[in-house]
Amino acid sequence: MFVDFFYTLRKYKLPVSITEWMVLMDALSRGYAWSDLTDFYFLARSVLVKSESYFDQYDLAFREFFQSIETPPEIRDEVLEWLRNPLNRLPLTPEELAEMDLMDIDELLRLFEQRLREQSEAHHGGNKWIGTGGTSPFGHSGYHPGGMRVGGESRNRSAVKVAAERRFKNLRSDVTLDVRQIKVALKRLRQLSRIGDKDELDVDETVDKTCKNAGDIELVWTRGRKNNVKVLLFLDVGGSMNPHSAVCSRLFSAAHSATHFRDFQHYYFHNCIYEKLYTDAERDEFVYTNHLLRTLPGDYKVILVGDAQMAYSELTYPHGALYYQDLNETAGIEWLKRICDHFTYAVWLNPEPFNWNHPTISAIKHLFPMYELTLDGLDHAIQKLIVKH
Amino acid sequence: MIKNPEFNKFGGTNKYIASQALQNAVNVAIALGRPLLVKGEPGTGKTLLAHNIAFGLGKKLIVWHIKSTTKARDGLYVYDTVKRLNDARFGDRDISDIKQYIVLGKLGEAFVFPEQAVLLIDEIDKADIEFPNDLLNELDEMSFYIPETSETVMAEHRPIVIITSNSEKELPDAFLRRCVFHYIEFPDPDLMSEIVLVHFPDIEENLLRGALKQFYMMRQIDDFRKKPSTSELLDWIQALLAGGVSPQKIEKEIPFLGVLLKKEADTECFQGKKTGTYGGRSSFFKRY
Repeated sequence: MFVDFFYTLRKYKLPVSITEWMVLMDALSRGYAWSDLTDFYFLARSVLVKSESYFDQYDLAFREFFQSIETPPEIRDEVLEWLRNPLNRLPLTPEELAEMDLMDIDELLRLFEQRLREQSEAHHGGNKWIGTGGTSPFGHSGYHPGGMRVGGESRNRSAVKVAAERRFKNLRSDVTLDVRQIKVALKRLRQLSRIGDKDELDVDETVDKTCKNAGDIELVWTRGRKNNVKVLLFLDVGGSMNPHSAVCSRLFSAAHSATHFRDFQHYYFHNCIYEKLYTDAERDEFVYTNHLLRTLPGDYKVILVGDAQMAYSELTYPHGALYYQDLNETAGIEWLKRICDHFTYAVWLNPEPFNWNHPTISAIKHLFPMYELTLDGLDHAIQKLIVKH
Repeated sequence: MIKNPEFNKFGGTNKYIASQALQNAVNVAIALGRPLLVKGEPGTGKTLLAHNIAFGLGKKLIVWHIKSTTKARDGLYVYDTVKRLNDARFGDRDISDIKQYIVLGKLGEAFVFPEQAVLLIDEIDKADIEFPNDLLNELDEMSFYIPETSETVMAEHRPIVIITSNSEKELPDAFLRRCVFHYIEFPDPDLMSEIVLVHFPDIEENLLRGALKQFYMMRQIDDFRKKPSTSELLDWIQALLAGGVSPQKIEKEIPFLGVLLKKEADTECFQGKKTGTYGGRSSFFKRY
């Protein structure tokens, strides 16, 4: 029965290995979770789940697997506690209290258990079954004056409820991105090569030289290994990109403050790249795209960010640009091709959720490998920037 | 099943409040003899945890700070070739005894320590991506071999290993499989007031409540580059106490803002939010 939990976890795409599962079994057989589901929840999580970005999947799996197991004793304690607390009777009027007295605690409990047995499915509303709303004495958010609240909020948080809260939802790696996460992703964008000053002692060479020197020490210095990656960021701004401005600005500040690149340059465009690329987001100051293509060597890693959605004419027609100031002689797609040809490593990040069937997206996807602007997408994109496309 | 008496060794200390989940994770790691990997936002007390485990259990703490240049071998031992070479040149020492040129690293030190020690490997993600993989066997077996002297250093008492990470790099799966993992969540207001009370037992109730209210309000602002964390809150409360600020004043404004926000952009952003003029850099993206 229990091994099913393992498969439930696997079903939710948690990378749980057999080794880890055996460790958990070992811990359980030594009695570290002494038959308490909350202890088990934390024990299993610390042994099986190795990243906070999987906590949400774990919560979901845990809820699915244990939902049916736990509830009965929980409800009983909760109910008894509720009934024993005299404060819960205070807001009732004398008439209601009289009505309450008709039914003593034992009878109420007996009735409750009986109904719990009879009731086979969740029930909401109505006047007899246990559920939410309704006027039956059992359930929560209901109207029966002395009824008991079952479930709903409680001070004792059970493991299943902790799991049901899904507090780690926003740590999922396939959903959100914050500056730090982007920085972590960008950190992987590095290629160490020996550049810069000779400031590292080359031990092997020193020993070699010293031996040849008949024991007279001769120190040999070499260049340290430094990151040789240069990054070029093209950002689509304005128009349909406005809803994504927050995530784009996070990407921008992460890339901008990443100190490990040898060079970082960024330019703005609107919808598509034409003759000019803008150095400010207001698109007043510009440089010519040709100038960049001429002056920047092809080993810059290019990241384009945009939704790649525009009128088909904007991409494929000469003079198709949306703005008068762009007056493009050459079609946008041609410019994109030139960028793609010049730079060996280029990717396109699309903040739109992965459902790309817009014609211009397909056209651009043909030129640049396109990824979603999520942590997973960014990881793949960076992988692509390191190995040849 | 009966509760194992060997379990539940660590329950926090009078200086360090650990949540139930954290205590469990620490005890599981100790009981299974596996390294505990601790992650969490900066300032949630990852490093302090190891200090307090050592303090709470009365064991010696050995700290190995990881830097970007640290190699796995540095933790085991260092063979000082240059010194030996130098000695050979002047011939004033017996250089045939290699042992005198072998210096144990922090991991080796923890292995040979006569009793069980607590070893903190701090910020493991700072090192090279391959670094954790190079330590797999050593952490599994708790032993390593020194080829220069044909000696094996073996741990008589497996040290309690605490590893912290700021997730600047992904750790390799093989390494993760061997660890017990805990993510220190940002404390909720209840736990936080306990934490504050540990550090400032005499703080006025009103002041504490007011300060926490403002603090959690600021934590809700997502635009900060670096959100204020526990250590900033503690510093801030200390500043408030030292400055003799009244609880009423805290409700209206935030004195000593610089203690909470460390980046100029964040201060700007916060002032802007307060006056309703916040825009700055991010508004670039909102314009056509």
